[in-house]
Amino acid sequence: MKAHLLYRDRDPRTNGELTSAAGALVRDLGLDTLFDAMAAGDPFLHEVASRTLLTPLTTVEDIRWRQAVLEDCLRHPEATRHLYDLAIAGLESQRKVRGWAMGQYPSSILDNSIQKLQALLDPINALRQFADTHTHHYHSPGLRALMDNISTDLSDDYFLTLQDHLKRLRFPTGVVLTAELGPGCKNTNFVLRKPRNIKRTWRDWFSLSRPDEFTYKVPDRDDAGARALSELRDQGVNLVADALAQSTDHILSFFALLRWETGFYVACLNLRDALRLSGLTTALPEPMPAAQRRLSASGLYDVCLGLRIGARVVSNDLDADGASLVMVTGANQGGKSTLLRGIGLAQLMMQSGLFVAADLYCASIAAQLHTHFAREEDAAMESGKLDEELARMSHLVDAATASDLVLLNESFASTNEREGSRIARQIIDGLTEADIRLIYVTHMYDLARGLAETGRRDFRFLRPQRLNDGSRTFKVLPGTPAATSHGQDVYERVFGHH
Amino acid sequence: MSSETSLSPSVGISLGLTSLLFEGGDSPAPDPPEPLCFRDLNLDQLVASIVAGREEYALVPFFREPLTSRETVGYRQEVLRDIEEPAIERAITSFAQGMSSVRQRLERADKFYYAVQQQDAFLRSAFNYVATLKELDAALLEAKPRSRGLASFADYLHDYISSSAFEALASESSGVRAGLDGVIYRLHLTGAYVHVRRDVTEEDYAADVVTTFARFRQGRVESHLAKLRTYAEMNHVEAAIAELVAKLYPQEFSALSRFRERHQGFPDGRVASFDREVEFYLAALDFTKRMRAGGLPMCYPEVAESHEAFGAADTFDPALADHLLSNGKSVVVNDFHLEVDERILVVTGPNQGGKTTFARMVGQLIYLASLGLLVPGTQARLPLPDAVLTHFERGENLEDLTGGLEDDLIRMRDILDTATEDTLVIINEVFTSTSLEDAILLSTRVLRQIGDIGCLSVCVTFLDELASLSKSTVSMVSQVDPKDPATRTFKVIRQRADGMAYAEAIAQKHALTYASLKARLAR
Repeated sequence: MKAHLLYRDRDPRTNGELTSAAGALVRDLGLDTLFDAMAAGDPFLHEVASRTLLTPLTTVEDIRWRQAVLEDCLRHPEATRHLYDLAIAGLESQRKVRGWAMGQYPSSILDNSIQKLQALLDPINALRQFADTHTHHYHSPGLRALMDNISTDLSDDYFLTLQDHLKRLRFPTGVVLTAELGPGCKNTNFVLRKPRNIKRTWRDWFSLSRPDEFTYKVPDRDDAGARALSELRDQGVNLVADALAQSTDHILSFFALLRWETGFYVACLNLRDALRLSGLTTALPEPMPAAQRRLSASGLYDVCLGLRIGARVVSNDLDADGASLVMVTGANQGGKSTLLRGIGLAQLMMQSGLFVAADLYCASIAAQLHTHFAREEDAAMESGKLDEELARMSHLVDAATASDLVLLNESFASTNEREGSRIARQIIDGLTEADIRLIYVTHMYDLARGLAETGRRDFRFLRPQRLNDGSRTFKVLPGTPAATSHGQDVYERVFGHH
Repeated sequence: MSSETSLSPSVGISLGLTSLLFEGGDSPAPDPPEPLCFRDLNLDQLVASIVAGREEYALVPFFREPLTSRETVGYRQEVLRDIEEPAIERAITSFAQGMSSVRQRLERADKFYYAVQQQDAFLRSAFNYVATLKELDAALLEAKPRSRGLASFADYLHDYISSSAFEALASESSGVRAGLDGVIYRLHLTGAYVHVRRDVTEEDYAADVVTTFARFRQGRVESHLAKLRTYAEMNHVEAAIAELVAKLYPQEFSALSRFRERHQGFPDGRVASFDREVEFYLAALDFTKRMRAGGLPMCYPEVAESHEAFGAADTFDPALADHLLSNGKSVVVNDFHLEVDERILVVTGPNQGGKTTFARMVGQLIYLASLGLLVPGTQARLPLPDAVLTHFERGENLEDLTGGLEDDLIRMRDILDTATEDTLVIINEVFTSTSLEDAILLSTRVLRQIGDIGCLSVCVTFLDELASLSKSTVSMVSQVDPKDPATRTFKVIRQRADGMAYAEAIAQKHALTYASLKARLAR
């Protein structure tokens, strides 16, 4: 039985190392704010959210699979939360079980497993009843399949089988096993046999033998003999104790997996609730194949900024379809970085099957998402930091593949503009030729102008809006690079019109 | 003891069939005493090291019988060369392992308390025996050994395997085994009762449980199998159950007990003695490999005729080498040779310089060669003495001078009485418990007697005079490092004796020579 709500055909990875690029993403895009909102205080949900978002999907089909499940969940939020709670209940049922499933005595291992199974019957039943109630509410293939599986696999007959096992495994009529002759004619190859009846017959009560049988009785007060007999019994019971213990482990693994998968959608619900509270809108994005190089949006905002401020924030429209380079130039604090982060977050959320922080978002899938942001220590722009920047860039290039998307924020600003431009130009040329898309926020005017002068239609340029009175709207609009220093204006102001 | 009805094919080697150690029907002596030279030459340590790990074969007696015929030396070297072939070595090692396990099972058969366990161990041993021999036969047929020893055993083995007696053993053992392998029975444990039945009707319960829960299977989970202790011996409950099973399968169990009665006499006597004798060669080859692995050469020695020139190149004391290699230290090699009329090696030089080691080396070399084995060195040509006699000083003896000296002389006399011109006599630092004048006198007399007898001799002494006693004397000196006289090199080379050389060098090192003192004191 599988959940398959996150992936069409496999289980999610719930542990293991994340890539080093993941750490940079969290930092540069401020993802912790997003994860906190999704978790709403539950550390398990924080883990699910972060791990899922940091292993993005890379095909349109996969994204659509999740979006379908998400839509079902958004339409039935209470049912989604209820399902999540049922998964937890399955795991919690083990609290009252005593003893261990490890150790020397098969009989105690068996007893422990029987208790575990007994405790699981109610949660399994609850799951079945959920499926009975909610199947017809769901349209997504993911949830429909899960409900079908539950109904089929946890049928009434199956419950009877489980209960039968629980009775039989207490061996009310004794233990039956077969054996063969091993070295030294000792009993070997024990196979425990399933007794046909579990009610004691009159023969059992009086321990009579059948005509084709021989019987040995351990004499009373023969302690060594009694021990030998229980060792024999343990030999027989060992395999079935192991089988039952492993089976209950499997059931618990299933509940753990269900918790993880439904947890992601509960986290999505939490996010929507948090955003709604602040009056922020969301929309389901349209994923496109990588080759088309689509990137267009309307009403796109930085979701983390929105969550932090708790109110509506400036949004932007964007048309960068077919662009291999989008360069955002202009004065600082004009909204450039915010736009960059907005794009990064939207891309990540789209590729996790989530809704995005926009009214419309239609973008090609990136094979991988990379960020190269100036680090805070670099704000002083000492020359020694160039080395660090270049090292990070090299590391990025090691991992980069075609169809990746790279977000650069003031990269190579740690050196003078001439040097920085030269370095940046080479990197831009190299990466774009390798079919890697770049979105580059920079104040290096010379670089931008040089690129604009190529006249290439796949290079797009944006500028933060500056009104005539000099104030900023934090909107970013298409515009060719303009020198930021306004030296001409100053000169004229000083020397007047002569 | 085999009875008339027994089918055992064992034949005693006393019927004159070939041993692997001797051609022509000789057999090894059953329990020879340790030769007197062993302790002095550290041969006891060497032999112990060679046979280590093979105690079950009692190989030490084989090392106590040196050969006196060059034909037998050749016979043994042939076998060694065969066993150095990887295919033959593998076949024989595998055979030895098989036979070892056959023996272990037979021992167990006697030790078990319950009859059915004894019979089962016996059957397994026989089964193992049949398989081991068939495998060796096939391997030898393919490998085609060239030595007389192995070739004749291969023929014998092949005839034995084709014999009706062996075939009966083979077919009966596998028949009884097959019968027992097919035994399966049903135990119903309830309370203090065990009901035993033959027919099995119910299904595998563990498999049923697994099938029931298969739908929940996720990935791999840990095993919860308990580790249950098992013992080889049956307890009385198991024995009682076995008796009941025997009642359910009377034919199979009576076949088992009859088997033991009918085949009491296996294994075959010649196969058993081959198993033991071949270990002599395997042990020697393992030792050779150990030396080679440590970067030291080993070779097949040629036998020199009486009074022919002989010697060895790049050779070493194997007992010492074994010890040094296992402590990660390096080994110094030496050469020596004696021309046609040279009979006595006199070895002088500074103390602790390797003189005694050298003498032991010559003794060990010649002894190993006389066992028909490989010896240390890149090449060697060695005589086959009729005896090896030694006289080493017996440690720090603080008894009074006269007592010690008399014992020494008596022992010397016994040696000289026994020695012939084909004997090897090794003398190490004798007559040290007396005055210098007496030592020179006695030693000279003894060496002249040795010269008269004409036997081979190695004599280690501090008396330089002895080194130039006669034409048949060869002087060898242990070397010091000229740069640091305190360093021992363990090199011994043919050289005129000069006891003063060492003293002079060490004095110079400390600037205490006459010339240095003069310069130092002229203030």
